Amino acid sequence: MNDMSFNATPSAASAADIHAIARDMRRLVVDMAYRTRTAHLGPALGIVEMLAVLYFRVLEISPAAANAPQRDRFILSKGHAAAALYAALAHRGFITRESALEQYCVDGGRFHGHPCMHAGPGIEFSTGSLGHGLSVAAGIALGLRRQGNPARVYTLMGDGECQEGSVWEAAMFAHTHGISGLTVLVDQNGFQGFGATGEVHRVDLARLWAACGWDVQVCDGHDPAALEQALRAAQATENPSVILAQTVAGKGIPSLEKTLLSHYAVLDEPGYAEAIRALGYEK
Amino acid sequence: MRRPSALLDMRNDFVRQMLIEMERDPAIVLLTGDLGFRAFEPIRERFPDRFMNVGIAEANMVGVAAGLALTGYKPFVYSIASFASMRCYEQIRTDVCYHGLDVKIVAAGGGFNYAHQGVTHHTVEDLACMRVLPGMRVLCPGYSWEATEATRALSVSPGPAYLRLGKSPNVPYDEGRFTFQIGKGYVIRDGADGVLCVTGNVIDLALAVSDRLALAGVSLAVASFPTIKPLDESLLAAFAARVPALYTLEEHSTIGGLGGAVGEWLAESGVQGMRFRRFGFPDRFITDVGSRDYLLACAGLDPARIAAAILSDRSSSSV
Repeated sequence: MNDMSFNATPSAASAADIHAIARDMRRLVVDMAYRTRTAHLGPALGIVEMLAVLYFRVLEISPAAANAPQRDRFILSKGHAAAALYAALAHRGFITRESALEQYCVDGGRFHGHPCMHAGPGIEFSTGSLGHGLSVAAGIALGLRRQGNPARVYTLMGDGECQEGSVWEAAMFAHTHGISGLTVLVDQNGFQGFGATGEVHRVDLARLWAACGWDVQVCDGHDPAALEQALRAAQATENPSVILAQTVAGKGIPSLEKTLLSHYAVLDEPGYAEAIRALGYEK
Repeated sequence: MRRPSALLDMRNDFVRQMLIEMERDPAIVLLTGDLGFRAFEPIRERFPDRFMNVGIAEANMVGVAAGLALTGYKPFVYSIASFASMRCYEQIRTDVCYHGLDVKIVAAGGGFNYAHQGVTHHTVEDLACMRVLPGMRVLCPGYSWEATEATRALSVSPGPAYLRLGKSPNVPYDEGRFTFQIGKGYVIRDGADGVLCVTGNVIDLALAVSDRLALAGVSLAVASFPTIKPLDESLLAAFAARVPALYTLEEHSTIGGLGGAVGEWLAESGVQGMRFRRFGFPDRFITDVGSRDYLLACAGLDPARIAAAILSDRSSSSV
């Protein structure tokens, strides 16, 4: 089943470029949210650096061969942050920036508020119901390992999402079956739908993942160098690996940062103007 | 006619055919949610790399199967029917059906087959749950041959499907007359005064009803529908053209299973004046303790009462 002719198209972005890419991705996310008056801005803004590092520094992928069997796979398990995924796919050349902007959450458009893999190249799986991504990622990684395919599988989930029981079913399974090349990023922003994550469930996620047999790292989820270092370290281990990325919901828009409201807020005109200024754009 | 003496577990038919299909196609893998004791050992021994006990974690099992299907494998996942259908229902719906993936859900012991084990192990609603899923095919064999052939057919037919396995009854069943196809029904006994359409392992009950009615001078056909989605509408139409009554019987709620499917078809078919009645579980949990036959009787499914209801319909109808 392997196509050995696949060559990933490396991005030209250096580690130093990631900050600028992340800023541009945030701009696109904000424009998409403002244009459609849609929510989930905070979760999308909070994962931008993780996606920028993945799509521009880590994932072995090629927009010209989006379905090549040997591509790395990324599944956005916290599907409500879809706008950031579309921004990453647009910047990386899987979809156009115009389509991300004009086809998102509009009548007859292509892109739902949660990712659908039928919508375009580069979307590996449809998500939106929390707690599904890791099982599917584990199944893909298991299949790839059985085929001798070296491609890696990544999934990004929320800290609140870790309350879903299926996450731990998958975590136990992946460790028990020694599934290598499987990495989870947890967006640990401390907020979930209706409260602070640490108050809704009082658990130590690092210990939980470790108890399931996973290699655990903690890093700053907005520091591209730290993220890349953690992802490289994860590549170096045979064990399934989780990175607890410490993030700020609503990152980049001061009035939304570290707020529950950032999950729901819809940008009005003054809010949009503030967001654009905060990101360093004049208009 | 064959196997005149024993009530046979369709799991054995499934295992025998899976050994053949896994030999034929290296992409087929079998995942179990920690069940299959004294059934799956031959598969585990013959194909240790393609058999996996994923643990008591059905949601993960279906998600993993979806991932395997995305890399070209053809997973069959297995558990007791109530768990295989409902514990992981959203994963079946979203991960498998929404993506149209080649994952087969194999559900053991539907209806009252786990009789004494209680309501947690009875499955009265799985066929309805599965029927409503877009793209899902729903198979519920009623006899050993149907279970074997369903396994064979599904292993070469890509896309989602649900296979409910029960016990094969001790009845005359002349499979030599039939060629199995997904979506096809089979006339077990012909008759002129009506047809009793059945799915799953209640063919014996249906024939007992037909026998009773014969004593009263009523000729009731019995047709087995090992597939309820897609429904064999041409077989229904053929009966509707020549008999005055359609009945359904299943080890499942009267809501949403074969009875629901046939009723929906009938209502939109343009057929006029057809008597119609569904026999199945009433809309309540059967909490009694007992054997399968006892519980079926508690649910109103015994030959005498079904036959009496059909005779009553005939006498109250002018058709």
